[in-house]
Amino acid sequence: MVRLPMMTELLRQLFKKPATNAFPARYLPPSVTTFLHKVALGEAAINPPMPVPPKFRGKITYDRESCIGCQLCLKVCPAHAIEFLPTTKRVRIYVAQCIFCSQCNDICPKDCLHMTDEFLLATENRFADCQIVE
Amino acid sequence: MNGDTTKKSTPYTVPIGPVHPALKEPVMFNFLMEGEVVKSVDFAPGNVHRGIEWMGMRRNPVQIVHLTDRICGICGIVHSLSFARAVEQIAEIEVPPRADYIRTILHELERMQSHLLWAGVAAHELGFDSLLFLTWRVREQSMDLIENLTGNRVNYGIVQIGGVRRDISNDQILLIEQGLAYYRGLLDQMKTVFLDDSTIRMRCRGHGLLSYRDAQLLCAIGPTARASGLAMDVRHDYPYCAYGDLDVQPVLPPQEFGGPQGDVYDRIIVRLLEIAQSIDIIQQCLDSMPAGEVLWEKKLPKLLSILKKAHGEAIGRVEAPRGECMHYVRMDGNDAPATWKVKASTYSNLMSWIPMLKGEQLADVPIIVASIDPCMSCTDRVTIIRNGSADDLTKEDLTQLSREKTRRFSRC
Repeated sequence: MVRLPMMTELLRQLFKKPATNAFPARYLPPSVTTFLHKVALGEAAINPPMPVPPKFRGKITYDRESCIGCQLCLKVCPAHAIEFLPTTKRVRIYVAQCIFCSQCNDICPKDCLHMTDEFLLATENRFADCQIVE
Repeated sequence: MNGDTTKKSTPYTVPIGPVHPALKEPVMFNFLMEGEVVKSVDFAPGNVHRGIEWMGMRRNPVQIVHLTDRICGICGIVHSLSFARAVEQIAEIEVPPRADYIRTILHELERMQSHLLWAGVAAHELGFDSLLFLTWRVREQSMDLIENLTGNRVNYGIVQIGGVRRDISNDQILLIEQGLAYYRGLLDQMKTVFLDDSTIRMRCRGHGLLSYRDAQLLCAIGPTARASGLAMDVRHDYPYCAYGDLDVQPVLPPQEFGGPQGDVYDRIIVRLLEIAQSIDIIQQCLDSMPAGEVLWEKKLPKLLSILKKAHGEAIGRVEAPRGECMHYVRMDGNDAPATWKVKASTYSNLMSWIPMLKGEQLADVPIIVASIDPCMSCTDRVTIIRNGSADDLTKEDLTQLSREKTRRFSRC
């Protein structure tokens, strides 16, 4: 006897909403970049992303004023994404290289590095202003 | 017309790979076919070597532990845990009990999502895509739990040398319990959908056979070995983390399904039953979770200076969803380890493809290849490139190279 236990589940699925959150738009726009430009200008609406989990590790922020230039963060960065600038005794973080482990936040004695909720970071230029934190 | 000139000679070769739609990860197969039947098969891995060990030799263990997360997209905890355990043995670091329990919980959540992922891939390889989507929707719950506990869906970054970086709060314990209840309610349905289905049974029962003896001879591990009847599981044979306190038995295909036969169907059974086992283990952990610290040394600079002084060598063994994963580390008083060697679980299972694929039809190749849950990018550790081309080194080549080197030395 042929048994197809999936059939009932499949029929049930016909009347259910899709489980996927259609982000950033319900249907794939011809060009995502153009679509996001339009969103920035207020001409199109974005379908909101899922909320980030608690203590999410997004783009890094750096409190330049309280940094003492101890270079401990350089020692634990697995991606070598942090550069020390000897003239100013401050650091520069390359977000394009960062792997978001937040280990620098843990080791910083002055608590001047933090992770934010920002996760839409892709650009075409890895040295763009938004990709360098200093 | 003379028939001999148009007739293709048998057996003929069918190459599949290194990049092919039927394979999820790059590996090169050469099938010697007679009609539709595979007469013999050879394969060549080594197409996704990334040099992670080389990167590790230039970094300290606290940096490497986050690098190990990236060896595999699925086994993030497995590799970092295995590496951390090796370093902890060298530096004689004692992990706090609460950290051990948290590690175990995350390890089992990872096993659940990995097995569900595999079940979906297996359904897809059988051409049963609606089941793939159903399984992966169910998998999301465990991914969400992991995301909530660690802060990321993949590349968790939670294991640290000497413990874990995040504690589990009471609210999160409630969330885990909700997740477990969700899976408990679904398990029976999952079993029915996978094991009662006539199509799956026809395609998988009796195909991709790996006998008990072959599994032993080829050193198969993990679900592949257990489906062939080998009762082996690192969690049971060599308990680490909290497994010593818990009741963990190797999962073998039960008698109600005809006992271990070593075919693809048995591998599905073992993985589905292991999801149930993981739920049980997480529940045991939650019930007996001790209080206390989660890190052996909270101050990272102090941990770094302790690790710098460490001398010795050790092996970290962990039961990954695909089988035993092993990290060998040797430290000699420098920042970076002197040696770091990764043996991913798929490495031991690759050879079992050869007896499995022999005598099968070409159409069964995708599901049989997928049935050991291969993870090539974890496995590939070596790529040999000489004179601009990557090829194999035979024993004679190696002898020749060795002689040339001696000659070079004797000349200067």
